[in-house]
Amino acid sequence: MAVVETIEVLTSGPLTSLQDLGRFGYGRYGVPPSGALDIFSLRAANLLVGNKENEACLEITMFGLKIKTLRDVVIAVTGGDLRPFCNDKPLSMWVSFILKEGDTLSFRGMKSGFRSYLAIGGGFFLTEVLGSRSTNLSSGFGGFDGRPVKKGDIFTAHSLHPHLETEGRWFPQDLIPRYRREWRLRVIFGPQDDQFTEEGRNTVLNSPYQVSHQSDRTGIRLAGPSVERRPNVHESIISEGVIPGAIQVPGDGQPIIILVEIVTGGYRKIATVITADLPLLGQIKPGDMVTFEEVSLDDAYEILREMEEKIKGFRRRYPPLPRRLPALHSVCLIQTYGPVCG
Amino acid sequence: MLVELGDEISPEVNRRVRELSVILMENPIEGVIETVPAYRSLLIIYDPLKLDLVMIKNRMEDLQKKIGEIEIPEPKTVEIPVVYGGEYGPDMEWVSQYHSISVDGVIQLHTGTRYQVYMIGFMPGFPYLGELPEGLATPRRETPRTVIPQGSVAIAQRQTGIYPVESPGGWQILGRTPLKLFNPLHSPPALLEMGDLVRFFSIDEKEFKQWQ
Repeated sequence: MAVVETIEVLTSGPLTSLQDLGRFGYGRYGVPPSGALDIFSLRAANLLVGNKENEACLEITMFGLKIKTLRDVVIAVTGGDLRPFCNDKPLSMWVSFILKEGDTLSFRGMKSGFRSYLAIGGGFFLTEVLGSRSTNLSSGFGGFDGRPVKKGDIFTAHSLHPHLETEGRWFPQDLIPRYRREWRLRVIFGPQDDQFTEEGRNTVLNSPYQVSHQSDRTGIRLAGPSVERRPNVHESIISEGVIPGAIQVPGDGQPIIILVEIVTGGYRKIATVITADLPLLGQIKPGDMVTFEEVSLDDAYEILREMEEKIKGFRRRYPPLPRRLPALHSVCLIQTYGPVCG
Repeated sequence: MLVELGDEISPEVNRRVRELSVILMENPIEGVIETVPAYRSLLIIYDPLKLDLVMIKNRMEDLQKKIGEIEIPEPKTVEIPVVYGGEYGPDMEWVSQYHSISVDGVIQLHTGTRYQVYMIGFMPGFPYLGELPEGLATPRRETPRTVIPQGSVAIAQRQTGIYPVESPGGWQILGRTPLKLFNPLHSPPALLEMGDLVRFFSIDEKEFKQWQ
């Protein structure tokens, strides 16, 4: 038997989907990156259970996911604290655990942050579509059948080796992000900051913005003081490529932080959230307050390198386990499509 | 990094974007993870742990000098069948009345032009095609539709486009094509790519159904 059943979904919650580090190289065809919004937590979860960092995890939004294990598995939950419970006991986060066959794991509510990541030792058996296992929710491909997970779904492991020996790993306490309800995001100005007034630029840096309920994986909508454009500058521009973290300002002056489900846009971008702070965007929830702080491009690179060093240090301590593939021909039998087996 | 090659929607500027994009694909820079060519710009997403802005700027300036110097393969021309009007093109009557021309006149104008794919965006496989003849320039619908069927061929201002999957949208729908614009299991995943040339031709309902 090439694959083994690992998990059954009992309830899905409002939005749970399978995501990895994202889908790149197809932006020219309008294909957005998708992928986990909080990639720091995704990478940490994978390393905790001995996976490669880009393995797909369940991204759980808010609450409501409940699963049952169909065999002994090792798991880790990272990211926002959605009050995970194993059977009827609270489950520690940022640590790897063995769940016994028949155990249930449920996410009961939002204590801090907005999204949790659940990694399973050996990963989820999914076919890569356009080079990624992430779910593209709007066009319906990738992940598990190209859709959010739902009640009754049964996941399989794509390895016979369940990494049980990784049990008991802890992510270093000092590296675990603290999620509050007030966020200070670091930005660099551009690419169209010169098309806003000095006043407009100051507004963005000095005003608190509240996160709107109309936010999703495409963008975080903010409400607060209107950002002023230069006179004679039209509200929209000739559409162009956009990146996650870009802060675009539509006609009403209310900023939107672009996330991962779109590749082009027709509004001016006043600033861009630095790469090191992008994982935080996945933990910002409706009602939270956001302020922006300007840093230089050199600072942005330095901050990212520091963050990367922390992850690297952890990875040196616990390198991913080699994946033991089942016989190649049996994998191909159950794959309906996909460029490469495994 | 955003490379800007002009500040207008024009076939010439767009052609330069395509040329630079092709040159970059043929001379890949390690650390570049994504490129998005658009109307007048080329977005380059790089891994900041492998490249910095100065490095990539220098490399791109070198590549930009090759525009016009090296030979770029001609864009492909794609013929797209469309069944116009009726249930397939619910805005056809409105558009024909708006311009005071007959439905056949609208079809003739729409099929009589060769379009350039200025950009693929908004959703996977959605082509922004220009330029629509001036006589067909039409405002968007005041109230966007919540559901537009897959394959719908629509117009807005001086542009025309095709919805690759069912989605909401505000463009005026003239007809529908049986062709599949996007298939994630194909390589490349989209029927069209930026820079391609497109012509529409009219088919009837029977042919539409046979196509499927």
